[in-house]
Amino acid sequence: AYKRFSELLPKEERENACSARVPKSQILTLPELRANPFQHRICRVFSTSGDGDDSMSFEDFLDMLSVFSDSATSDVKSHYAFRIFDFDDDGTLDRKDLEKLVNCLTGQGEESRLSNAEMEQLIQNILEESDIDKDGTINLSEFQHVVSRSPDFARYGVLQ
Amino acid sequence: EETRGATPVDFLQQLPSYQSALRRRATAGTQERRSAPQDPAELRAAEGHGPQQEGDEVAARPAREHPLTIAEKRRLRYCQQADIKYLSGWKQWKRTSSKSLKKVLGEVKELSSYLELWRHDIHSIEGKFGTGIQSYFSFLRFLVLLNFIIFILMFSLVTLPSIISKYGMFNSSFAKIPPKNIEPHCTVYEPSGNKGLVYFYTYLKDLLSGTGFLEVTVLFYGYYTIDAEWISIQKYNLPLAYLLATFGYLALSLVWIIKRSVGGFKQNLVHNKDPFQSYCNKVFAGWDFCITDPNAARLKHRSLQYELQTDLEEERLKRKIADRTMKEKLRIYSLRIFINIIVIAVLSGCFYSIYRATVFSQENSNVSIRHDVRRDSANLLVQYLPSMVITLANFIAPQIFSFLIRFEDYSPAFEIRLTLMRCVFVRLANIGVLLFSLWSQISYCTTDKCNACGYNYELYPCWESEVGQEMYKLMIFDFIIILAVILFVDFPRKLLVTHCSCKPVQWCGLQEFGISDNVLEIIYGQTICWIGTFFSPLLPAIATIKYFIIFYIKKISLIHTRKPAARPIRASSSNFFFLVVLLIGLILAFIPLGISIAHIPSSKACGPFRNFDTSWAVVPHTIDGFPTGLRQVLYGIASEAFAVPFFMVICLIMFYFIALAGAHKRVVEQLREQLVMVRFDPLFCSPKV
Repeated sequence: AYKRFSELLPKEERENACSARVPKSQILTLPELRANPFQHRICRVFSTSGDGDDSMSFEDFLDMLSVFSDSATSDVKSHYAFRIFDFDDDGTLDRKDLEKLVNCLTGQGEESRLSNAEMEQLIQNILEESDIDKDGTINLSEFQHVVSRSPDFARYGVLQ
Repeated sequence: EETRGATPVDFLQQLPSYQSALRRRATAGTQERRSAPQDPAELRAAEGHGPQQEGDEVAARPAREHPLTIAEKRRLRYCQQADIKYLSGWKQWKRTSSKSLKKVLGEVKELSSYLELWRHDIHSIEGKFGTGIQSYFSFLRFLVLLNFIIFILMFSLVTLPSIISKYGMFNSSFAKIPPKNIEPHCTVYEPSGNKGLVYFYTYLKDLLSGTGFLEVTVLFYGYYTIDAEWISIQKYNLPLAYLLATFGYLALSLVWIIKRSVGGFKQNLVHNKDPFQSYCNKVFAGWDFCITDPNAARLKHRSLQYELQTDLEEERLKRKIADRTMKEKLRIYSLRIFINIIVIAVLSGCFYSIYRATVFSQENSNVSIRHDVRRDSANLLVQYLPSMVITLANFIAPQIFSFLIRFEDYSPAFEIRLTLMRCVFVRLANIGVLLFSLWSQISYCTTDKCNACGYNYELYPCWESEVGQEMYKLMIFDFIIILAVILFVDFPRKLLVTHCSCKPVQWCGLQEFGISDNVLEIIYGQTICWIGTFFSPLLPAIATIKYFIIFYIKKISLIHTRKPAARPIRASSSNFFFLVVLLIGLILAFIPLGISIAHIPSSKACGPFRNFDTSWAVVPHTIDGFPTGLRQVLYGIASEAFAVPFFMVICLIMFYFIALAGAHKRVVEQLREQLVMVRFDPLFCSPKV
């Protein structure tokens, strides 16, 4: 992992890779993240940089790898998945977050988006299924409850 | 926000699903209540609990399991280590030893995963093509292993002792038990292994059809002519071993498949019982994080969009169906009945043609012994006629079914399932019809002499070898067809599509990797192997080699000539579906084997069951040789006085579990209602901090 991290840095900074921070644009060149529609959210969630530029240090990089690995528990994975899906960082998944999530899944581009009626129907269904206290948003516990019974979550959320 | 999130957590933690997850985690070593510290405030709370853990006899959760950044995990680990000072020496030792044990187990697990066959290949397929296709290849790997284990079982219990005593190794000999009360004419059997000079062509023909020189080898039932053998001083009862090895491999397959499918069954049960999870599953767990290739990502986007749109459309369709008028319903039902009649007609057509082909092939091929001149003109085509007809039926019938189902106006998901079920039925029933027609030939008896033997001794002095040969031919032909389709259809198609840019060719395009078709293909092969192993003990070895080669060929064909499916089958449900169909194949294999072993008289001229009426008769014969007490017990277990109460007890246990499941469901409903009410109850809403 250290090797891959240091490859992302420009040549002159590779000696002290432990303390250097890699800018977001470099992180996004990783093959696993390149094709991922949630790449920006992943960088935002794992980055601990205070100035909001989403750069990642080596420790952030390790964090990211450990969460996505085989050996992370589903609690950890679902916790981070919730943070990744929470586009406005308010601690709950409301309708706008869900809408952005579905748009990410179906692809960029106008023709790949669902129509408004379909989106409404879909979000209605999702909230019906997972919003237990019927407040119109999904909080962390509801999300973890739903995801724990989802058979594909453990399979899909794993990087090599 | 935080506190409101806290109280529902308590209710959620009372749900049965959560409790069972807790229990599972408890057996893994920790018994602490799940706490998810979300920010430094909660972390401080966790730290504060440190000294209090002296009362607990449990190990703390490893820092790895907390969703925190590395810096915060370091702080947590420091606190945990500080706690250790508060504990007594015994508890300290327990904690450190459990930690190191967990570490060791983790490393052992990692090492053992390196031993897995084809781990890297399957991983790379998963990365490029998604988990649906990957599940096909791991299913193939499972079958390779299963067949290999079955082969080891049969070889060590049946073939090896025969070879040892035939060649007189280890000071062994065989005791020929003289046949009693058997008509002498039934025991005449002279298989013509190739004597004298023969053309090379004959060897090839024999290799492909299992006759000639192959018939007298260890491959077929007829080789095992030993009754009992003495290896040094120990007597080894070969007939009993043969029978028990057969039951053993069937039981082993059953147990292994059930074990593998239990996980998928639990999820499927949850999935179907509450029709609620499908949208959340697709949206929250829909993106496959293994995808690294932008093309694959584009396809995945498209497939997700397609899947979501189809599901929404299906929901709209369901609402429309619920609004149907009586007249429309009548029309649709009568149309469906009509189409089902057509389906049954197609099936009967297939079965009848297989029956006729088998009869024709048997009448015109050179059966191993005939009192007249051996017919050289009986060529390979006639031998393979049943296999060809079966393959043709397996190819045409699914096309017809998928054409017909469009008129039946079902919802799309049900359409797929019904077509698949019909295809499964066609494939497995075809084998049944073949065997049935073989048996009708074998037991066709008109003369008295024939009736004395119980089977047609003139044409089939060693009928088990005949059946074994048919199974062998089916397996070889299946393998040849798979190879031929890939070589002569897929690769030329790919060449055509890449080099020729005219419209119709481009419109045809590359074929998708049809997961269900491929899976049905290998399940069909596996059913043949299960049925055939009794008649031909080395068949599992052939099946292992066949599936081994098929893995590589399919992988190459997938990478070079296929485009990924537009409608991906979900991995979790497809795994369970494959195993269920495999189980159906296994249970269907029990029927012909049961009839052969227990009902049809075993051939008197060859095989280890020569001295018994049927193959099964060796078991009562052995039991009669047991001491009296044991014999009484065994007879008691097999009698009705035992079986009926046993059956009733099993029913009672089943009713208990059904009642328990119903009670759990009621609890879930009640808790869910409570959760909704809790939000508005002033008692529970504590003031925000």
